[in-house]
Amino acid sequence: MLDLKGYGPALFEGAIVTVELAFLSLALALFIGLIGATSKLSNNRVARGIATAYTTLIRGVPDLVMMLLFYYGGQVAVNNLSDFLWDKYEIDFFFQFNPFISGVVTIGLIFGAYMTETFRGAFLAVEKGQIEAAKAYGFSNWHTFRRIMFPQMLRHALPGLGNNWQVLLKTTALVSIIGLTDMVRVAEEAAKAERMPFHFFIPVAAMYLLLTAGSELFIKWLDKRANAGVVKGG
Amino acid sequence: MADQAPLICRDIHKTFGELEVLKGVSLETRKGDVVSLIGSSGSGKSTFLRCINLLETPTSGDIIVHGDPIRFTENRRGERVPADNRQVEQIRSKLSMVFQSFNLWSHMTVLENIIEAPVNVLKVPKKEAIERAEAYLQKVGIYERKDYYPAQMSGGQQQRAAIARALAMEPEVMLFDEPTSALDPELVGEVLKVMQSLAEEGRTMIVVTHEMAFARDVSTQVLYLHQGKIEEQGTPDKVFDNPDSERMKQFLAPKF
Repeated sequence: MLDLKGYGPALFEGAIVTVELAFLSLALALFIGLIGATSKLSNNRVARGIATAYTTLIRGVPDLVMMLLFYYGGQVAVNNLSDFLWDKYEIDFFFQFNPFISGVVTIGLIFGAYMTETFRGAFLAVEKGQIEAAKAYGFSNWHTFRRIMFPQMLRHALPGLGNNWQVLLKTTALVSIIGLTDMVRVAEEAAKAERMPFHFFIPVAAMYLLLTAGSELFIKWLDKRANAGVVKGG
Repeated sequence: MADQAPLICRDIHKTFGELEVLKGVSLETRKGDVVSLIGSSGSGKSTFLRCINLLETPTSGDIIVHGDPIRFTENRRGERVPADNRQVEQIRSKLSMVFQSFNLWSHMTVLENIIEAPVNVLKVPKKEAIERAEAYLQKVGIYERKDYYPAQMSGGQQQRAAIARALAMEPEVMLFDEPTSALDPELVGEVLKVMQSLAEEGRTMIVVTHEMAFARDVSTQVLYLHQGKIEEQGTPDKVFDNPDSERMKQFLAPKF
């Protein structure tokens, strides 16, 4: 049996942090992605401009730099805002940027940009006639989106979403840099203290592999469901 | 309110950029009319049909559905747009459309396609909508395919399913946009037969078509469009046997 030298529980807790971080970031990224894609495809020039600036900026800056910027820069920004509000209006406003929230926000923002592109492509892939039929039968815009546009878009988006999710899951490892005790950080500490890098990093690698392989199966299943009604080949 | 005209279009113009596609087309229907719109490609017949249910917004002209005129306003760029989206949705639900390329929702089964709009737009209870859908599927002869997805059926079956979807709205007017043009020649007949039976039931229909035999035998009114204008109009006998217009004569002349 693998002897984790008493780091087992900490590693397990770290793994839970990783999974929580990944899921919350994913939710945020999907949310931002949908809004981003709709903005990019909208007729509103301002919305299009903001969304384009956002994806260009995020996709052009390394994830690690973004994370450091948010974590350290974010706290300074909050401090300054807090001082300003107190001096000017005597409003008491302050919060501490914790590494978990910074991690979720940063990863969510980064992957929101990738999701924006994935969703945008998927929306464009929906046949025009499908939307036209919905309109012709008196569907409201929301109903058209919910019942026709979204389910059909999903089919085109899923492969890209699956890919983004796997990269996102692995990107969570970066939060160990800003002091969040995820499983990578626990392993790092343990490896240093015990001078046994293989002993601690291999289980962590295996854990990531397990998570990504598991999600791959899940995505395959989703893909099959989303592709109901599609005749393969022909 | 007895026997109000299901649909009146007055002096419809439509311009795309510089191109004037419709130059004043008017149409008045009575209940039970079957109007065939014929003409060569680019004559504006499909655009006219799409203006009726506002898939295109006419640049000028009135559309009156069962006494209810569609209200228009101008947007910030000075373009004409419908004033009230609710009204548009409501009117569209009274004018169901059958498309050239069927446009059945590909992620839904035939039955789901047919009940979607009645349940969600007309708020028909689901159970009733299903009964209704099944009856219409019997009528168009594809009841046994009700749980198939569109892609699993032939073009003719898909178009018949699309017709059932249109019928399930129990519309004032059915709009057909070249319903047989995307079909293999041997499948055209089954769709035309269904349409003919609808005409015989006294449903009001407007049909953009290249099927001259259908236009001649089934319609009550034929409109021949040429370059965005009505060039010839009247009963099939008049339009096909005694056209005034030289172009109409050419259009009908055997091509080889």
